[in-house]
Amino acid sequence: MIEINNIHKVFHGKKVLKSVDLTVQTGETMVVIGCSGCGKSVLLKHIIGLLKPDSGRISIDKEDITKMDEKQLRHLRMRFGMLFQSSALFDSLNVAENVAFSLMEHTDLDRKVIMHKVRSCLSLVGLSGIEHSMPSELSGGMKKRVGLARAICVDPQIVLYDEPTTGIDPIMADAINDLIRDLQDKLKITSIVVTHDMISAYKVADRIAMLYEGRIIEVGTPNQIKNTSNPVVKQFITGAAEGPITHREAALEEN
Amino acid sequence: MMHNVGKKIKHTQDKWFLKVGRGLSDFLIYIGKISILLGETIRWTFSKPLVKRKHIFSQMAKVGVDSLPIVFLTALFTGIVLALQGAYQMQKIDARAYIANLVSLSMLRELGPVLTALVVAGRIGASITAELGTMRVTEQIDALETLATNPIKYLIVPRFVAIMIMLPLLTIYADLIGIMGGYIVGVFKLGIGSRVYMNMTFDPLVIKDFLTGIAKSICFAALIGIISCYQGFATEGGAEGVGRFTTFSVVLSFIMIIAADCVFTALFFFAF
Ligand SMILES: Nc1ncnc2c1ncn2[C@@H]1O[C@H](COP(=O)(O)OP(=O)(O)O)[C@@H](O)[C@H]1O
Ligand SMILES: [Mg+2]
Repeated sequence: MIEINNIHKVFHGKKVLKSVDLTVQTGETMVVIGCSGCGKSVLLKHIIGLLKPDSGRISIDKEDITKMDEKQLRHLRMRFGMLFQSSALFDSLNVAENVAFSLMEHTDLDRKVIMHKVRSCLSLVGLSGIEHSMPSELSGGMKKRVGLARAICVDPQIVLYDEPTTGIDPIMADAINDLIRDLQDKLKITSIVVTHDMISAYKVADRIAMLYEGRIIEVGTPNQIKNTSNPVVKQFITGAAEGPITHREAALEEN
Repeated sequence: MMHNVGKKIKHTQDKWFLKVGRGLSDFLIYIGKISILLGETIRWTFSKPLVKRKHIFSQMAKVGVDSLPIVFLTALFTGIVLALQGAYQMQKIDARAYIANLVSLSMLRELGPVLTALVVAGRIGASITAELGTMRVTEQIDALETLATNPIKYLIVPRFVAIMIMLPLLTIYADLIGIMGGYIVGVFKLGIGSRVYMNMTFDPLVIKDFLTGIAKSICFAALIGIISCYQGFATEGGAEGVGRFTTFSVVLSFIMIIAADCVFTALFFFAF
């Protein structure tokens, strides 16, 4: 279980997270939606300990990760997989070496075993036969899928997805959604998916949370979210140009 | 009126002191941060499991082998110039054979270590900062952490160790090439006998001359390694930031090399 309690984060005087509370049950898929730049990626990075909150606590299975030392964190991260928004593939390594990175660095498995695992992960994300390509030769969508393969190659218990379907064609995006669902159904993986793609959100989510102005303003099942009475959430999920979000931005611009 | 002027001067003085003070404290903070990174790097270098040898070897090839041509050219021309310049001065007192010793001493004690360090700082230091900086801004260093790998151990240690090993070796290589440059001028141009030239090169040398040069180059290696890695890890602000941090990395390395050289030379001169 992942519990986020009242975390705050300020960057250069700009309050990005102001009191975020969120609980994700084990085996649950939580989708976090929100506008660009509202701090979704920052929130994900807090959960895996890449960023430390200015205040508040984050605990994974009752263990407070904000108080962990380097060694404990490293240990914890073996249980995590993370897909970065920018994919963040190592551009000095080829695709297979990227996907195999953790297994190569942290296990004594035979090379053959590792390569077998790599191929199966790559075929899961619909990429076969590109093991020897370099990341610079791939399209953005392919990079994202390689990043996904790298995240799941270590059989993590918790996977964090930062915009898994952004920049991917709709058919492939649907395959990615199925993959996220499958991982959860078969392996009971706990997932947190950050997205602003509502089709994907409805498809993969057990629950959806909306991040707005540094707070989680609503959490609910996809059905509850669809029938929300909160005007901000309503504007976001329907993608209307007119509504409280844009009015508030306009008001801020004027000041 | 007078009172006001005095006040104004005092005010600008205060501002000036404030500026200098802030600059100084920024500099000290920077030194502190670099020292912490140096400490961490040394700790991770010796912590088990040790860094895989292939990572260090591939960096050593980049730092050392790939630098051979440019170090060769720099040292050769320096040797030639030293010999010609020496000949110009020694001719006046009819002591041309002494250029051999002038070249070897200058190369070993001063120019070999300093020029090699400057070349490596420009070539390797810049590329390290740019590479690590790009990895930082494209979140590759974050990704490394999420894969339970310590970035200092995986990225900095191999580069740092490679520079620490290769710069002294390159310096010895530069010393020899510089002496060869002097030999070409002395023997083929000025007509000093080959045997005489070689004797005049090596006989007056003592082991201390060689060791002080190597001690310098070890110190320069640490400076280049830690500054370039620190700058890379500290990079922010996208592609523009990578350019900015790389430039600063090279400039700072150059200044620190020259400054450290000055301190060292004075130290060796007065203390030993
Ligand atoms: N490392 C950082 N340093 C400074 N500001 C940051 C950093 N990371 C994110 N921010 C700021 O935090 C805000 C939220 O960013 P982000 O989480 O990437 O948004 P998104 O919801 O689109 O993922 C942005 O305004 C961004 O400029
Ligand atoms: Mg983001």
